Formats: sequence, C-alpha cells, structure tokens
Amino acid sequence: MSATSDNTSDRVDPSTMTGPDLPAALGSSRRTVLRRAAAAGLLTIPAAGLLGACATGGDDEGSTEQETGEKSATNPLGVKEDAALEVIIFNGGYGEKYATDVHEKLYKTAFPKAEIKHQATQAVSTVLQPRFTAGDPPEFVNNSGEKFLDFGALVNDNQLQDLTELWDAPSVDDPNKKVRDTVIPGVVEQGMFNAKDGSRKPFVLYYVSTVYGIWYSGKLFKDNGWTVPTTWEQFTALCDQIKAKGITPFGYAGANAAYYMWNVILTQAAKVGGPDVLKAIDNLEPNAWKAEPVIQSAKAWAEIGAKYGDKSFEGLKHTDVQLRQNQYKLAFYPSGDWLENEQKKDTPAGFEYQLMPVPSLTAADKLPAGAIRAAGGEGYFVSAKSKNPRGGMEYMRQMLSKAGARGFTETVGAATVVPAGSEGYSFPPGVASSQAALKAAGANVFNMMFDNWYKELDTEARTATNELMFGRATAEQWADRIQKRADAIKGDSSVAKFSR
Amino acid sequence: MRQGKYPFVIGFLFLPVTIYAVFVIAPYAQAFQLAMTNWRGIGAPEWIGFENFQRLFNDTAFWKAVQHHGILLLALPLITIAIALFFAFLLNVGGGSKGGQRVGVRGSAFYRVVFFFPQVLAVAIIAVLFQMVYRPDESGLINGVLTKIGLDPVFFLINPNLALWSIIGVLVWQAVGFYVVLFSAGMASIPTEIYEAAEIDGATKVTLFFRVTLPLLWDTLQVAWVYLGIAAFDAFAIVAVLSVDSGGPDGATTVLAMEIYRNAFVYGRAGYASAMGVALFFLTITFAALALRVSKRESIEY
Repeated sequence: MSATSDNTSDRVDPSTMTGPDLPAALGSSRRTVLRRAAAAGLLTIPAAGLLGACATGGDDEGSTEQETGEKSATNPLGVKEDAALEVIIFNGGYGEKYATDVHEKLYKTAFPKAEIKHQATQAVSTVLQPRFTAGDPPEFVNNSGEKFLDFGALVNDNQLQDLTELWDAPSVDDPNKKVRDTVIPGVVEQGMFNAKDGSRKPFVLYYVSTVYGIWYSGKLFKDNGWTVPTTWEQFTALCDQIKAKGITPFGYAGANAAYYMWNVILTQAAKVGGPDVLKAIDNLEPNAWKAEPVIQSAKAWAEIGAKYGDKSFEGLKHTDVQLRQNQYKLAFYPSGDWLENEQKKDTPAGFEYQLMPVPSLTAADKLPAGAIRAAGGEGYFVSAKSKNPRGGMEYMRQMLSKAGARGFTETVGAATVVPAGSEGYSFPPGVASSQAALKAAGANVFNMMFDNWYKELDTEARTATNELMFGRATAEQWADRIQKRADAIKGDSSVAKFSR
Repeated sequence: MRQGKYPFVIGFLFLPVTIYAVFVIAPYAQAFQLAMTNWRGIGAPEWIGFENFQRLFNDTAFWKAVQHHGILLLALPLITIAIALFFAFLLNVGGGSKGGQRVGVRGSAFYRVVFFFPQVLAVAIIAVLFQMVYRPDESGLINGVLTKIGLDPVFFLINPNLALWSIIGVLVWQAVGFYVVLFSAGMASIPTEIYEAAEIDGATKVTLFFRVTLPLLWDTLQVAWVYLGIAAFDAFAIVAVLSVDSGGPDGATTVLAMEIYRNAFVYGRAGYASAMGVALFFLTITFAALALRVSKRESIEY
C-alpha cells in the first residue's frame, strides 16, 4: 500500500496521534484519528457487519455498463469524450491542490466535454468501502493515508483495473515512446500484484519518487569539519567524535516510527548480501530473516543503538526526534526524502538537510557504498468496476506527462517517478541531495515490499526493532521473532500472497 | 385498567424498540456472524466457522490483552474506590460534628471541585496531557524535575514493567473525582444520628468509617465496582494515545480494543476483529453478572 512505502506511512499509524504542534495537514489527521478511532472501536465493527450482510447478499449483480470511445492518436486508450470522471484524492501531506490545479485541468483540456467530479478525503476507506460494496466505485483513487483500502483485498475481489494498456500506450509528450518508458525503472513492477488467477499484473501506479537514507545537517558537518562516512569504520569513528561533542550521534523515534530503523537494517543487509536478500524476505521464503547478511546488519546497528543512541527516544514520536536534529542535538536520523518538507517549519535557516546512503558494513559488501533504497510512493488505482475505467487510465496518462509531473513537483515540492518532469527544477538542498544520490547510485537501486504486502509483518518488525535497538533483544532473537510471524503469515490461507 | 392500554403502550414503545433493534441488536448479531468469516473489508465474506476463535486461542497478543484486562479489573476498581472513599469520607464526615451537622475537613467545597476536574476533561486531552507528564526526556514534567536534581529519568511508558502501571495511574487519576462525588452523595444520605450515637459510644474516626460508613454505602460501592470494571474493559483511547508503538513496548500495555482496532483497520482483518469483539462482549457480560452476583448483600434499611 502506498500508505507505507512513502511519507504517508507514519500517518497511517494510530500511534502517530500527537500534540497540536504539527503541520496542519498532518496534525489534523492525527488528532481526528483519535476521536474516530474511539468511535470506530464501538461503532465500526457493527457497521462493518451491516456491510458484510450487504456484500453477501448482493455481490453478484451484473457489472455496470462501461463507457468506451473511439481510439485515436490523441485518445489511445479509447476514452468516451463526454464520460464523467470521479477523482478521489487523499488529503494528506501532499494536499489536493496538485489534482485540482494540475492533473484535472490537463484532463479537462484533453477532453473538454468530460465532467470531473473531485472529492478529497482523509479517510479513504471510510468513504469508499460502502461504494465498492454497493458496486458503484469512483474511477480514480489516491489510496493513501491512515485509512487506505487494503490493496490485497481489492486485487482479490477483482476491483482494480489492469494497467497494462496504460503502460503500453504512447506517452502524451512523445507518441513514439510508451508511457512505461517515461518512468523510473522498477515503478511498473512495484505496482504489480498477483491477481486471483495467479497472473501478475500492474494494478497500482506509484507516483512520487521516494529516496531513503540517513540525514544530517550540512551546516553542522561543515562547521565541525566532519566528512561523510562511507565505511563502517569511518562511521563509528565519526559517531565517537560527535558523541564527544555532546551531541547524540544516531537516533530514531521508537514511539511510532520504528520502521525507519528496520528500513536501515534491511538496507544495510541488502548492501552486504545483495538485493536478493530483500526479495527472499518479500517472498516469505523460509529463514529469509535469519540470513547471514540480515543478522550481521542487525548486530551492527544494535551496537550503534546501544553506544550512540538515546534511550529516551523510544518514547518519542518522529516529529520530536526530528526536532532534536533541527536543534543540532542529534547528528544522524534515518528517514526518506519527505523529511525536509515535513520539517520545513522547524528547520533553522542554513540547516541544510543532506542525505547520506547507509555506509558499507564490510569490505566484501555485494553493493557499493552508494547503493540506495528508492521507490515510488503514494499509490493510485483505477476501479475496474467503475463506469469509466478508460477515463481513469487516461487521467493517469496525463499525470505521467511532462506537464503533469512538473506541475506536481512545483505544487508539492517532491519529485515524481517521471524524471523528465523535474529536469531543471531546483529542489531545496535535501531533495536535491537525495536526487543526486539516486543518480549516483545508478543501477544499484533496490526496494522492499513486505511492509506494503503484509501489514502484520511490518508491525512485528517495528516492535522487534525497538526491542533490538533499545537493548532488550539480540540480533538472533530479533530475526527469530520476525521470521516466526512471516511463517505464520505464509501459512495463513486468508492472507493474499504476493511475490516478485 | 382501562381499555386501550396496550395499543397505547405499544404505540409508545414501537419507535424506541425499533431503533434499539436496528442500531444495537442487529449490529451485534452481525458482528457474531462476521466473526465466523474471513472478511477483509472488501468483497464477499467467506464462511470459516470457528477458525477465528481457534486463532484467537493461539494469539499471544490476544492473551496479553486479556491478561492486562485482568490486572486492570483488579487494580482499577480497588485503587480508585479506596482513594475515592478516603477523599469522600474526609470531605463529608472527616471534619467532625458542627452544630449537629457532620462536616468535612476545611476547604472541602473547594476540594470537591478540584477532584471532579479530571472528569470534565475529554479522555483525549488527558492522554495528551500525560504524554507531557510522562515524557522520557528532560522536557517531561516529572523527568524534567528528576534530571534537574540530578536523578536518572524514569521511563514510565518505555519500561515494559512500568508502562501498564503508568497507564493505570492515568485511569485512576481520571476516575477518582467522579467516585468522590458518587460516594459523597451516598454518605450524605446516611443519617447523622447514627454517627452521633457511635461517637457517644466512643468510636474513633477509623471505626466510624469501617463500621458505619462502609456498610451503609454498600449499594453505591457495588455500582462503582461494576462501572469501574466495565471501564477496565475499555481503556482504548488512553492506550492508543499514550503507549509507545500502539500498545507497546512489545505489547506491554495493549488492550482488547487496541487489538480489535489494529486487526480491523491496520491489518484489514474485519472477520478476526469481530471474533475479538465477540470475545470482549462475553468477557464484559460475564464480569458484570459475576460482580453483581458476588457482591449481593442484604441492603441495610435505615
């Protein structure tokens, strides 16, 4: 689910509810979640019961007649020109302006007769679940936030439109180039799921480019004459120096953002043993978590936690720990490149966020020091059972045009998976550094999916990682425990399985 | 009785009973039905019989939550009632006799308001408030003081042995005020003559409390016990906001409502969450029945 692969992921967690000192968009969703959660605990279970009864009764009704039009050079997907299109946008970190001001306008320009119905929400599943159950889903959905719809369940119920046709269609800007060739490699594959009949199809468009790494203040490092470490020896030596200055060298927030840390551990493992280590984990292979590179990396980082961390961070939320970094009390903080935008209000002038790839652990690492985890974030889908799925796909084609991507980048300050869209755009220092790191990594870019596919495994990994990093578990116990949960999920017939 | 009584009564009952049946009974029944399916929120639920309950049986998180309810069930009413009784006694009877009237300690009118204050605050506000109180670093209310005077900070919500008790502390803090008022009302209805007679016989304040106040308050205590017991089966909001890692560390503070929420809305296991809801339903019902049965006593007439 896009909800965890990107910056919205910490917005998913019910524990992210916190004080009023948050950016407005995040803050409001975090605060309202509590009230909703309290009500949901009492009300939604019974309400779900009602839906269930409906679903059992009426899931066989014939699918609605779908609109199609004449295919042409300007309309390669065969959209019916005057067919209405309903767009649902998750109103979170990126807001909704990019949709109303950029993408919807582009669609409207291409198809002036089409009527676009726009709706923004902070609770996607609350709004849409009844509509899917009733057989009246909207065409285009930005499925994200703390209440996203379960992609696995959607795929299993054949609710998602197969996007193969979109990826193979000619792009808006260059008719000789397919849409799939305009995006960062791996994005199409990332959105692929195993359909009910066993075939793998692209169902989801991940649109925002997200780069993960360890963040530091360019100013702090310059002022102290510290150089960015690429090897483990350099890294620990620098941590010693930082500690001597009275600054906490490394930290993450245990209260709600423990996944920032398992991300570092697994990124490290991928560097030591190659990206197949992560593929095995994603595919729920036996003993994938107990593989030597994973244990080795967990051991190394547990030591960092014990020697260079701060025990009180376990009880703090991500914004609290991030604030420490902005106050120059913390040197290294692992996160994705949404961090700079998220902290905009609290970052002092001249702080200058910079991304550093996770340093090499051994001289025998399979991937170079510059290798990096990057992925598409923020998931979008088209409903297969909506009235105008072709319109939904066309909307995506417009999003993936140069103008669509550029407009998004200019509106929200984040790069998309369409590189042409951010060419020549001057990003703030943090995103500029992450884009540079992505470029420098070349082909050594990898990703992991297990947290999107199996939320329970993510939760277990978070809990176990806190135990590991704050000294209550060894690397072996950590791996054992997560492996056990992975095995349980593998043996659970009610969970849809995915592989890559 | 006059004729036409039944249509009249039925006429009045029809609407509320219908509303109750549609909005309370039917959803409950459907939760029972859903608990037998592997529904994941979308699509058609598939009937799987008692599989969810079998899974519950092997779910460590579920048993942890049940265990925490056990602790809450004992600790929350005991501590709350003890403190509330003590305060109520001081507020109403503790000051001795003045002009034939039992009065409380000096300033009791003021204390009464202060004690009730936490009850007025929304649970969410209390939870956020205690986030600040319990914060593990020097910006926390308690740890700020501790670090100032050179002591190590206490990790209230991080230490797995302390976390649940820290949360119980908040629950007690919030509940005490209400029960002070409840017990005060009960005490006010105890005739002054009984106290006077006992005092003439040479009873101390402690004897007065245990021999007079407590027995005559029994009905009120029973109500308080059931209320607090049911509150002990909830605790969701406080745990959700206050605990680290949603019910952590490592499930040390989780409660059933938290697990239900997690399964339904994070894991998308609506069927399994319903099974937990059914389990919670039976636990609560059993508790209420037991509490009323066990605490049954002859009420004392005066």
